[in-house]
Amino acid sequence: MSEFLQQLINGLSLGAIYALIALGYTMVYGVLRFINFAHSDVFMVGSFIGYYLGKHIPENTVWGGIVILLGAMLGCALLGMLIERLAYRPLRGAATLNVLITAIGVSLLLEYSGQVFFGATPRTFPAVFPSANFNFGNLVISTNQIIVIAVAALLMVGLQLIVYRTKIGTAMRAVSLNPKAAQLVGVNNDVVISFTFGLGSALAGAGGILYALNYPSIDPLMGVMPGLKAFVAAVLGGIGNIPGAALGGLLLGTVETFVNGSQWSTYKDAIAFAILIIILLFRPAGLLGKFTVEKV
Amino acid sequence: MISSPFLLGGPRARRLLPFVGARFARALLVLCGAIFMPFISASAAETTPIKIGHYGSLTGKDAAFGVATGKGVQLAIAEINAKGGVLGRPLEYLVEDIQSKQGESATAVKKLISRDKVAVVIGANASANSLEAGPICQNFKVPMMAISSTNPKVTEIGDYIFRICFIDPFQGAVLAKFARESLKAQKVALLTAVNSPYSIGLSDVLRKDFTARGGTIIAEQKYSEGEKDFRAQLTAIRSAKPDVIAVTGFYTEAALICKQARDLGLTVPFIGGDGWEAPQLTELGGKAVEGTYYCTYFSAENAASEVRSYVDRYKARWNQEVPEGVSALGYDAMYLIAAAMTKAGTTEGPKLRDALAATKNFPGVTGSTTIDEKRNSAKAAVMLTIKNGRSTFFESVTP
Repeated sequence: MSEFLQQLINGLSLGAIYALIALGYTMVYGVLRFINFAHSDVFMVGSFIGYYLGKHIPENTVWGGIVILLGAMLGCALLGMLIERLAYRPLRGAATLNVLITAIGVSLLLEYSGQVFFGATPRTFPAVFPSANFNFGNLVISTNQIIVIAVAALLMVGLQLIVYRTKIGTAMRAVSLNPKAAQLVGVNNDVVISFTFGLGSALAGAGGILYALNYPSIDPLMGVMPGLKAFVAAVLGGIGNIPGAALGGLLLGTVETFVNGSQWSTYKDAIAFAILIIILLFRPAGLLGKFTVEKV
Repeated sequence: MISSPFLLGGPRARRLLPFVGARFARALLVLCGAIFMPFISASAAETTPIKIGHYGSLTGKDAAFGVATGKGVQLAIAEINAKGGVLGRPLEYLVEDIQSKQGESATAVKKLISRDKVAVVIGANASANSLEAGPICQNFKVPMMAISSTNPKVTEIGDYIFRICFIDPFQGAVLAKFARESLKAQKVALLTAVNSPYSIGLSDVLRKDFTARGGTIIAEQKYSEGEKDFRAQLTAIRSAKPDVIAVTGFYTEAALICKQARDLGLTVPFIGGDGWEAPQLTELGGKAVEGTYYCTYFSAENAASEVRSYVDRYKARWNQEVPEGVSALGYDAMYLIAAAMTKAGTTEGPKLRDALAATKNFPGVTGSTTIDEKRNSAKAAVMLTIKNGRSTFFESVTP
């Protein structure tokens, strides 16, 4: 029983990170109807911003950790908006496939310029937050795991508030529903899309810091696997749906952890993805997604 | 790849730039040679350098091994050249980076052999890489000296493949004996990297030998190289309550595993093979790797005079760095090859191969090396432990 609960905690803290990255995929998809493959590399850049900030900020302090977290989120938000401005805006209105290929190109550009600027050797991420372990009988929870789950929950609630309770959030939903009509009623689409990218990338940056806190070896290709898993989580929950992305992330992280702790750990990814296929067979639009017929 | 403009400016490019320069200079030399050829006597050809090819991971997650090995080889080459070279010809060091990636070794070795025409190939560290490159060296009849590839299958590729290190059955037996007798362990949990032939081979021997010595393997878990989350496997291991946990993979994962195990409240000692030896183990693992043990070829704390003198020369050459097992192996490998070339009187593949195969009691800094009929080196092993963030000599073990 205690092993089950421990695995559940491990799974949730992994899933929370997937969920944070998945939110970025799902938001951009919701507004623009395309998959931003460069998102997972923005996540990597977030870790490296944290790594370089960590050299100037004392380790093991709460304020230092918060400064690093906010710094990485800000840096990634700017990067996300820059990518949108330079790579995606000129292609607005072009075929979806063109934008998709551009996204893959941007992703590779970030990965390999990361190898040039950061070096390909894995770096050790500093312990930015003070860490301790709490024991409940046989259960152990580390402060890092609590921070991951708490920060992820906080950011998701904040995101939900922004989307449903603010003016810019209403504009985002309007653009998502019908970009042309939104423009007709006076919404500045460029600003809204730019904001969406900034917000999604900030979440990826936070994800990067939280991931590196738990797994403190970072390298320019570190975003590839978590990015793929988060994309799957977004599809699993219903792409374009914010609570769906969170649910998908948590589910994927938990399943993966349980398989990993069993005898079949070699087939970890195969089992996780098989579950995805089965769910999509029965619910083609994902767990929380609504199935809509494409209008012709 | 080297001339790719994207690479300019990076640390890797900085390492390669002098190399590119050297290539360019060589190209000029060849050009001049072609023009003045009729006027130069045949003796000039005699002093052309003997090319020594090295392939290893200079970047990526196994970079510590390749870089350290290269430093050992380069130190040996500098010393040999200072004494007049081999057969009156200087040695020239050529290196290819395999970036810790599967599939790169074959390309790197093909390039070294067919374009650079090296006389001998040194490398690699990981068994997986040597298994990839070996068949190519065998086909071209260019002797290959593997550095720390301990999987027995490496030299079974063919009669041109040698190694300067001990093999997994030996290392596994050392670890089993150490766990059973020095740590008095009854129950051992085993963590194996399933995509590494090295890790699988070492785990197999450890399992067999430890059980034969009366212990039990109480839990077995698997992971893949490059993964970062091991909490699930460690939680399962924790329930089994082992006395010792053996991690048979490489240092990056080993450090993360120790860290996450300590987070989960596992306080038992960890043991590992030579794949653990790298400065990154303590850098990444920090306090979590204190009191762990690993097996390797060489201890820089050895009091023998030849080891002391080697450590001093290495430190003087490489910015006060303390040599590790793999750099000592690289150093010994280069001297052993030079000795074989002198004995063969040529650098031709088949004759050099025979001379290498006939090596007996070659004195080196990692001990005396004899190449057996399976082209393996018989050697003693040392156990090191991490104390105050440094690898410290613990004991010598012979199974």
